[in-house]
Amino acid sequence: MSFWEITFYLAQGFGVTLLLFVLTLLFALPLGLVFAFGAMTKFKPLRWLTRGFVYIIRGTPLLLQLMIVVYLPGLAFNYPLPKWGIFGGNTDAAYFFGALVGFVINYACYFSEIYRGGIENIPRGQYEAGQVLGMTRSQVFFKVILKQVFKNVLAPISNEVVTLVKDTALARSISVLEIFFCAEQVLSREMIIWPLFYTGAFYLIFNSLLTFLFGKMEKRMARYR
Amino acid sequence: MSILEVNNICKSFGSTEVLRGISFSLEKGEVLAIIGSSGSGKTTLLRCLNFLETPDVGSITVNGETLINAADKSTLSESQIRRNRLHFGLVFQSFNLFPQYTVRQNVTLAPRLMLDEQVRAVKKESGRAQAQKFRAEREAEIYKHADELIERVGLTAKVDAYPCELSGGQQQRVAIARALAMTPDILCFDEPTSALDPELTGEVLAVIRGLKSSDSTMIVVTHEMEFARGVADRVIFMADGVIEEMGTPEEIFEHPKSPVLSAFLNKALDI
Ligand SMILES: Nc1ncnc2c1ncn2[C@@H]1O[C@H](COP(=O)(O)OP(=O)(O)O)[C@@H](O)[C@H]1O
Ligand SMILES: [Mg+2]
Repeated sequence: MSFWEITFYLAQGFGVTLLLFVLTLLFALPLGLVFAFGAMTKFKPLRWLTRGFVYIIRGTPLLLQLMIVVYLPGLAFNYPLPKWGIFGGNTDAAYFFGALVGFVINYACYFSEIYRGGIENIPRGQYEAGQVLGMTRSQVFFKVILKQVFKNVLAPISNEVVTLVKDTALARSISVLEIFFCAEQVLSREMIIWPLFYTGAFYLIFNSLLTFLFGKMEKRMARYR
Repeated sequence: MSILEVNNICKSFGSTEVLRGISFSLEKGEVLAIIGSSGSGKTTLLRCLNFLETPDVGSITVNGETLINAADKSTLSESQIRRNRLHFGLVFQSFNLFPQYTVRQNVTLAPRLMLDEQVRAVKKESGRAQAQKFRAEREAEIYKHADELIERVGLTAKVDAYPCELSGGQQQRVAIARALAMTPDILCFDEPTSALDPELTGEVLAVIRGLKSSDSTMIVVTHEMEFARGVADRVIFMADGVIEEMGTPEEIFEHPKSPVLSAFLNKALDI
């Protein structure tokens, strides 16, 4: 395989990486807010359930969680691993979906802790100022609190997002043909090792782009406290 | 008829009785100053009036309408509490401006949210076109009113500034304009100058003084004795959760009856 053939092949894999990345964020960012509310609710059983779940997810390897999501249902209900059909190069969609579920749950838990910190950091006076002006609870939350939370959490969230880009490589362990797996295939079929290292460039360029975007956002919000 | 009647308000936090039977009434256009050493329950009283705390005992009546009566055990719905709150405005010691909004946005936010609700009601009743027309008219009014208020507190040059770009005195003036934007019947101030550097208190007190008129009723908790004497029609001295003494500024400041008040005044005027 020539350099360009390999680049093209890896880029295809990186497409799967990006899809996993984007979909994970799309679901995990709002789900994290739901978990954060669960962890802060006055209803104690739900609160402890949520906190316990977040505790377990944060305390165990993502790799293990991916295995559980993909293999446990099949083992528990005693049916072979599902075949949903090929997608994104050579991956079975069922595995991709399993990886997505694992990533979304894992990242939602991390995000929820960040959100919780961000929400608990807002002084009570902000809620009271809104209430005294006759706003409803939801108006206070969405119009007064949320934007401040957003500013509070932007830096820690952006760290997690950059980590997520790199973590997607773990999907390789459950047969998702993302860029890293592609490079390994080149290695085993063609006995060429440098594509493995070449993948680093893809991650690095994409993360630079993200860092740039987050920097822009941070700058835009720097105008207010 | 009095605009406000507060009757026998009691409030405890756990086993500490913070308010122990506060009663007073206020006429329209009156300015009431509340003085008293810290911990005497002044903030808690204002918080009860603004429904940030619920009194354990007592009632609050505005314009003849009883907003809350602790003897009536049915709890108020959230929407009822909201409606009650609109009778009162509160200016906090620590301003509590919304940092992500400019001066103008801070002042217009609550009226605009209220308008959103009204527009929804109009749309339901008379359709989209009518609702759009209604919104356009009222929105213009809201912004016009806000700009007038901002001018009144002397911050026209800062309408597009963020709170963090303002001095403490300027922030507190914005907070006053923001409270006025909801046109409360009674505006409460909780030590509006206590968080300010001494050289900034004057501008805020001047604004409050300028608000005094026949149709603005105000309750001002303050440590500024000169100010209280100059602006108030009536003064309440609180100590340990009760009204120790109540009277005209002259009665309170020139002829204090209770020894506690005399001691308080001696200390306050010495510093
Ligand atoms: N939420 C609360 N929980 C417990 N104690 C409180 C609370 N709010 C106020 N207090 C107590 O009530 C007393 C009166 O407080 P406050 O109304 O703030 O007095 P002031 O404004 O006159 O200084 C203080 O002793 C304070 O510690
Ligand atoms: Mg106080």
